Amino acid sequence: MAELVKLNIDGRDIEAEKGALLIEVARQNGIEVPAFCYHEDYTLQAACRMCLVEIEKTPKLQVGCTTPVAEGMVVRTDSDIVKKARKGTLEFLLTNHPLDCPVCDKGGECELQDMVFRYGAGESRFVERKHHVDEKQWSPVVYFDAPRCILCYRCVRACNEGMGVGALGVGNRGAVSEIIPNHDDHLECDECGACIDICPVGALTSGSYRYQTRPWEMEHVGTICTHCADGCKTTLGVRNDEIMRGNNRDRSGINDEFLCIKGRYAFDFTKHPERLQSPMLRTANGHEAISWSKALDIIATKFSTVKLAGGKFGVIGSNHTTNEENFFLAKFARQALETKNVDHHRTGDLATLFDALSGKNNALATSADLYNAKAVLVIGADLSQQHPFLAFQARANVRHHNGHIYAVTTGEVREDQQAVASVRVQKGGELAGVESLREKLKAEGDLVVVFGDAVQGDALRKLVAFGDSLGIPVKYVCLVDYSNSRGAFDMGVTPKDGGLSREEMLAAADLDVLWVVGANPLKNTQLVSKKAFVVVQDLFMTETAKQADIVLPAASAYEKSGTVTNVCGEVQKLAQAIKVMGPKTDLEIMGLIAKEMGLNLGIWLPEKVFAEIRKAVHGYDVSPAQLAVGPAATMPLNGRVAALPGAIQSSGDTLFTSGSLTRYSEILNSVMEAPGQLYRGKGQ
Amino acid sequence: MTFSPQLEQRFAKLLTRYPEGRTRSAVIPMLIYAQDEVGAVTRELIDEVAKRCKVTPVQVDEVVGYYSMLHRKPQGKFHVQVCTNISCLLVGGEELYEHAKKKLGVGHKETTADGQFSLEEVECMGACSWAPAVEINYDFHHHVTPEKLDQLIDGLRKAQ
Repeated sequence: MAELVKLNIDGRDIEAEKGALLIEVARQNGIEVPAFCYHEDYTLQAACRMCLVEIEKTPKLQVGCTTPVAEGMVVRTDSDIVKKARKGTLEFLLTNHPLDCPVCDKGGECELQDMVFRYGAGESRFVERKHHVDEKQWSPVVYFDAPRCILCYRCVRACNEGMGVGALGVGNRGAVSEIIPNHDDHLECDECGACIDICPVGALTSGSYRYQTRPWEMEHVGTICTHCADGCKTTLGVRNDEIMRGNNRDRSGINDEFLCIKGRYAFDFTKHPERLQSPMLRTANGHEAISWSKALDIIATKFSTVKLAGGKFGVIGSNHTTNEENFFLAKFARQALETKNVDHHRTGDLATLFDALSGKNNALATSADLYNAKAVLVIGADLSQQHPFLAFQARANVRHHNGHIYAVTTGEVREDQQAVASVRVQKGGELAGVESLREKLKAEGDLVVVFGDAVQGDALRKLVAFGDSLGIPVKYVCLVDYSNSRGAFDMGVTPKDGGLSREEMLAAADLDVLWVVGANPLKNTQLVSKKAFVVVQDLFMTETAKQADIVLPAASAYEKSGTVTNVCGEVQKLAQAIKVMGPKTDLEIMGLIAKEMGLNLGIWLPEKVFAEIRKAVHGYDVSPAQLAVGPAATMPLNGRVAALPGAIQSSGDTLFTSGSLTRYSEILNSVMEAPGQLYRGKGQ
Repeated sequence: MTFSPQLEQRFAKLLTRYPEGRTRSAVIPMLIYAQDEVGAVTRELIDEVAKRCKVTPVQVDEVVGYYSMLHRKPQGKFHVQVCTNISCLLVGGEELYEHAKKKLGVGHKETTADGQFSLEEVECMGACSWAPAVEINYDFHHHVTPEKLDQLIDGLRKAQ
């Protein structure tokens, strides 16, 4: 416990940790000290002068954001002189700030607007001409309106410290200072939009949201991003069943204020014109729209006939659909279709990891562990590109806790900037690279090991043995690609107990039915069986859907409820943001097929299926109440896990790609950095 | 980007003058010295200084934007800087600057067509005791009158 000091703020006796910042101590005790530039995650700036407070025996007002509390300090935050100072500060901030609130995107949720309303003067004494600079577009995502900027430097710090990109700076000086991008007139960066979200005013605005709506016209739905496996919470602003924006300004969720371009902007695939709207039947003239009842009838008849005849089924699940859908699909396949041929595109060797960790408790890291651990070891992954939130956590760990990052990769990665040691290896040489760090790692208090698909099978067992030999607590994160890759594995969408793997199904000449739910296995692979009846549930006419006998339009993650499990095994709830007319959720589609076949597989409501998951899946006994308030860590298995047949390979998505969804997100394709490249380090 | 051996030597020494991990402290001196050799702070120079000082190019850009003695465009061979700050202003600095504008036919931060002279109105150079002051490149000239300025400029022209 740190040393405590006694102080008095606004007549209240308060005890606080010595050295804590006055502004934080005041806030923790319910006393608001207004500020623009202060942000607890980043370095102190003391630029805005809004948090001035009066401290007894100090001749001038002091900024609360950089003043540490001390014994016997007597502070006033509500005296007349403080109020006058705030008024003056706001009057200065408004000298060149345009009064365009009625057309400004930020109007209604602007910190400057709120502050002026609360602490400001009704009128200004300035009659001089305002300094005007025209608005600039820096990228398809980022616009900058200099006159609105109050130079709080939040964007500069967020980009530099939070993202590790450093694409923003402040050019010129004095009254003509303005934020500048890293390439004269444009930005080359992660295009994450963190600068826009963190901007207290409307100086930085987003290309996709600007001039579209008023904040109060939207409903805000907190759900989980459907792209990578990190499971960031994104708050979707929805108006008339259209998603207007994504952000995380309320900083709820595991990701705090972090989101990448996918979480903030790549929801636009939901309204892509090529979105499938009705079931399609393949005929001699290509695919033709048919009714749901006809489609379900054809599928049910075919499934029943093949089952009766003892035919061969192949079922491929998705790493984007919910746990409930994956669970229901696995149950459907095993119980009703009586097949073990169930699989999905596996992107990380979870089976071997769980088996190697058998009998160990507390050996799987949560996303918070990356922030709190003394050291993080990244093996065989370009973390900032493939798992931007995990990389953000590691960077924040270095910033706030002086944590150590180690990187063992085949090429330059952004983690090198902060790493205490970076080792370059050839593909396959990862373990030797890790071995070379043995002495350094031994000296760490505890370690989180994050590894990509480069480490699988025997190599993974050796890695766990290496971890055991260090003599310190070690936790692991097996990197997987997509929003519910982990859940698909946990729910048993795997060829366990002797089923055919994905590759084997596609190669089986005698396959009678191929049922693909939310995946694109035929993108680069041929289906060998010519007689196979192919059913595909998807959002778009993918390569696989094009070869299907029947295509069923499916709802996206933003259009349904349920749960997903992120790369760290944290289960989180999806919330339905928009309703769709044509498509149905995969769960409903499967339920309707079951009904049409006369099967009883239970009620196909997400809550009911989750109740079943709680009983059936080890480690998923999470109460709905707990899920309602945030993520819940799971420990899916703690016993021997048999090895699975089939390949494990990451798709190698970058910050600007997202599997098959990439091509349907205009925003991901519009930025100049797209499609990006792994292992190029910081340089974009 | 490569510099003359003398400048390289200077940079090498420069980087040893700061505590470990504080190479960013060398940004300003490096820019000033390199500007003299290169003629201006070019984009290439900014990237080079950023690399050597282990900062991002935009952080060097910030410095270049802040300090008026760092120029993105090449100056004349003789860069005439006339102080019009308070001490010089009181004894004719402003008139001196107006005279310089007429004499050279260029304005603030402009260069003559032949590239020989550039003019800049500058703030206090610390030569208040000998005001009004003019600095041409790195040489100070004290108690300057319009006549004295004409002589100076004509002399430099003749020396060509």
